Amino acid sequence: MSDITSSSFVRQDLLDERPAPVKTTGFVGLVRTRLFNSPTNILLTIVGALLLWFTIIPSVKFLMVDAVWTGKDRTACLAENAGFAVGACWPYIQAKLPQLIYGFYPEAERWRVDLTLVLSVVLLVPLLIPRLPSKALNAGLFFFAFPVVAFFLLHGGGIKGFGLSWTADLLQLFDDSIIGAGKALLDLGKASSAAPLLWVVGNVIVLVGTAIYWLIFPLTWLRDQLQGTGQSVWTDFTITAAVVSVIAFVLGGGLRTGGRALTSSIVTFVAIAIVIKLMGLDHGGLPIVQTNLWGGLLVTLVVSVTGIVTSLPIGIALALGRRSTIPLIRIFSIAFIEFWRGVPLITVLFFATYMLPLFLPGNFTVDGLVRALIGISLFTGAYQAENVRGGLAAIPRGQGEAAAALGLSWWKTTSLIVLPQALRHVIPNLVNSFISLFKDTSLVSIVALFDLLGSLRASFSDPKWSSPSTAFTGFAFAGIIYFIFCFGMSRYSLFVEHRLNAHRRN
Amino acid sequence: MSIEARKPPRQIALKIRRVLGGKTGWNGIAVQFAFAAVLGWIAYEIVSNARANLENQHIAAGFGFLANNAGFDVNQTLISYTGSDTFLRVFLVGLLNTLVVSVVGIVFATVIGFIVALCRLSPNWLLARIGEIYVEIIRNLPVLFQILFWYLAVLAALPNPRQSISLLGIAFVSNRGLVIPRPIGESGFEAFLAVLAFGIVGSVALRIHARRALFQRGQVIRIWPYVLGLLFGLPLVTMLVAGLPFSFELPQLKGFNFAGGSRIIPEFVALTLALSTYTAAFIAEIVRAGILSVHSGQMEAGSSLGLSRGTTLRLVVVPQAMRVIVPPLTNQYLNLTKNSSLAVAIGYPDLVSVFAGTSLSQTGQAIEIIAMTMGVYLLISLITSAVMSVYGWRISRSLGA
Repeated sequence: MSDITSSSFVRQDLLDERPAPVKTTGFVGLVRTRLFNSPTNILLTIVGALLLWFTIIPSVKFLMVDAVWTGKDRTACLAENAGFAVGACWPYIQAKLPQLIYGFYPEAERWRVDLTLVLSVVLLVPLLIPRLPSKALNAGLFFFAFPVVAFFLLHGGGIKGFGLSWTADLLQLFDDSIIGAGKALLDLGKASSAAPLLWVVGNVIVLVGTAIYWLIFPLTWLRDQLQGTGQSVWTDFTITAAVVSVIAFVLGGGLRTGGRALTSSIVTFVAIAIVIKLMGLDHGGLPIVQTNLWGGLLVTLVVSVTGIVTSLPIGIALALGRRSTIPLIRIFSIAFIEFWRGVPLITVLFFATYMLPLFLPGNFTVDGLVRALIGISLFTGAYQAENVRGGLAAIPRGQGEAAAALGLSWWKTTSLIVLPQALRHVIPNLVNSFISLFKDTSLVSIVALFDLLGSLRASFSDPKWSSPSTAFTGFAFAGIIYFIFCFGMSRYSLFVEHRLNAHRRN
Repeated sequence: MSIEARKPPRQIALKIRRVLGGKTGWNGIAVQFAFAAVLGWIAYEIVSNARANLENQHIAAGFGFLANNAGFDVNQTLISYTGSDTFLRVFLVGLLNTLVVSVVGIVFATVIGFIVALCRLSPNWLLARIGEIYVEIIRNLPVLFQILFWYLAVLAALPNPRQSISLLGIAFVSNRGLVIPRPIGESGFEAFLAVLAFGIVGSVALRIHARRALFQRGQVIRIWPYVLGLLFGLPLVTMLVAGLPFSFELPQLKGFNFAGGSRIIPEFVALTLALSTYTAAFIAEIVRAGILSVHSGQMEAGSSLGLSRGTTLRLVVVPQAMRVIVPPLTNQYLNLTKNSSLAVAIGYPDLVSVFAGTSLSQTGQAIEIIAMTMGVYLLISLITSAVMSVYGWRISRSLGA
């Protein structure tokens, strides 16, 4: 021991502590490694800082520091009255807020809009939280029950009949059209060279039409009898409920297993009856508010929710059609999808506004909002079809083959095995389409509907509030609303994607 | 005597069934007949209703209206146009305006998009965040909102021509648009053009020659000094010999507006700005995803072969990234072209605005005009997708080889 300590090559005293290694974590580390680690990076950091300086500072100044918060009209927002270079003119937004949210919806009826909004939030939020149970019931309520209730809430009005009358009306319309087509062919045949052929075809069509007329005669007769009585809605409702329940019972497996189908059918009809009674639909319902009075955020939300609800079934149908082996259906689906995907939405809206009325019978006028909704649904449906098709392609063949081996039919294979998996795969893509749909709803302002952007533009022309900062304030407000909705949806889609890919993470 | 294998049965009926009805056979054929009947019925309803409605409104169907006088003015025309020209001419004017704004927008969108993508990929933390903020803000606002913002808020806030902002005294920005010098052809113009064309053709030929030499004989030929000479030196010499090819007419403030120079209308400026910044955000994400999709091992493999970092990027990483980038990039170009139809909201005279807007309201020929407008866009997108499928086929062939 002692000779080791006395050896000249052994150090006698402790070394000084070496300095700690350069910190590479935390804020200091970030500054060292990612901001100022090389001359180029220092230069880039300075450029970036300057960029932020010239964008963030003026924006904050405009929105907060230099903003005018109270006032009665434009004079409050003029520089000579305020005494400084005026930023945002918030009293203008306060004054225009009802218009930006409800449009010209009558003030006494605005509770209906609020109620609809609350209903939609109550139904939508549980649907979006994956942990909560009974998704099927929730989705059914949101996608089927809610649109109908929302229509009667927002638009108002009542119903005159129920399932039976509607079926009878529809069949009669169809039959009239067939007989009309046959008669038109007969007329054409009188002047044309191919007279005998046209005569035969025309008479066959008229014959078919007459046969259908006698086939549906009991139905139309019953409807006419019902319309004569005072309680047409409730009688019709009872008959419809009884018929549908019996059919559900028989199709559900009769005495053996039909009880379940029967119960759910009865529960559904009881729910419908409650809704009819609550909203007084059987005697006129709520006062009607024409859609040309709707506006602002209300129209934006109505258009986007309707687009979301209607485009998904269209998309699924088209995607299945495109993968079908039946030639005509496949060709039709491909042509339909490619057509709508190939044209800009604005031409679709022009088509819906100017061309669609020409295609419908002359006595049949379609509301301007409904026309835009039809155009947007078809357009978005084509895009959703491609999303769904991607999901269908991602399902291994073995799934379908296993289902076939179990003896399931094509419909059961598709609806129980393939589609649920495919849709789950493409939820992020579907949500991304919904984001672009939400942004695209702003286009309806071009065809004379006042959505959020349209109302904003209309409010610019109010001389009471015209000041140099009015336009910037309005765009800042609308921009924040659009951003919150779109950013929220995109974060949700990221969250779902993350959840779906949980098995791939390591 | 050997026993020959029996031929399989001909199964003609089965084959016909398969062709006509798909996997489902006769059921499929029945479904098709029902489907065709429904389609035929809808078509009949549409035609008969349209005929009745047009008769009620006293509108003659057909394309005869295209030869009528339009009788309205268009504030930006690339080909000569006056109010007494036909609707067909209006259609062409609108189509050209659409194409111009699309091409200019595509160029700017690509440049901005690549810059933002580089920012997002930059090792500099601040720059990466700035790129991210740009992409998030721009992508989450409707494009129509952005067009209106530029047009109604930013451009309207610019001063009038008398107080216009001067850019180096040659270009002026005001709320009436951007005024820039206009080139006017001079005596040396033809010679200049001819020499320039010769230079371009020569450079392309040189490059082809150099590549052939490299691939066939392994010989490296340095061509860039010759290309530089051909593209810049030769035209410069011609300019000295034959005189200036063109001179610039500078805009002058006269009264309340500018005289001389060319004016770019504010609608065009707003539309180009909005479309290019909006599409750039999407392009940036595409480019970033493409570059990140190339495995980092490729870079390492390149450097282990002794290639420099720049050469590795140019020869190894970028070609592989391009394969991922190009298809969605084309899609974005197509989107930009389709979004240019939003010009109608601010009155830029594009196809939808002058043809489906003004002409439609003047003639009432809704069916013909909207069909023509949709047809143009459909044609553009079908051509693009055809080109893209050829590209995809070539890529898959080169990958398979």
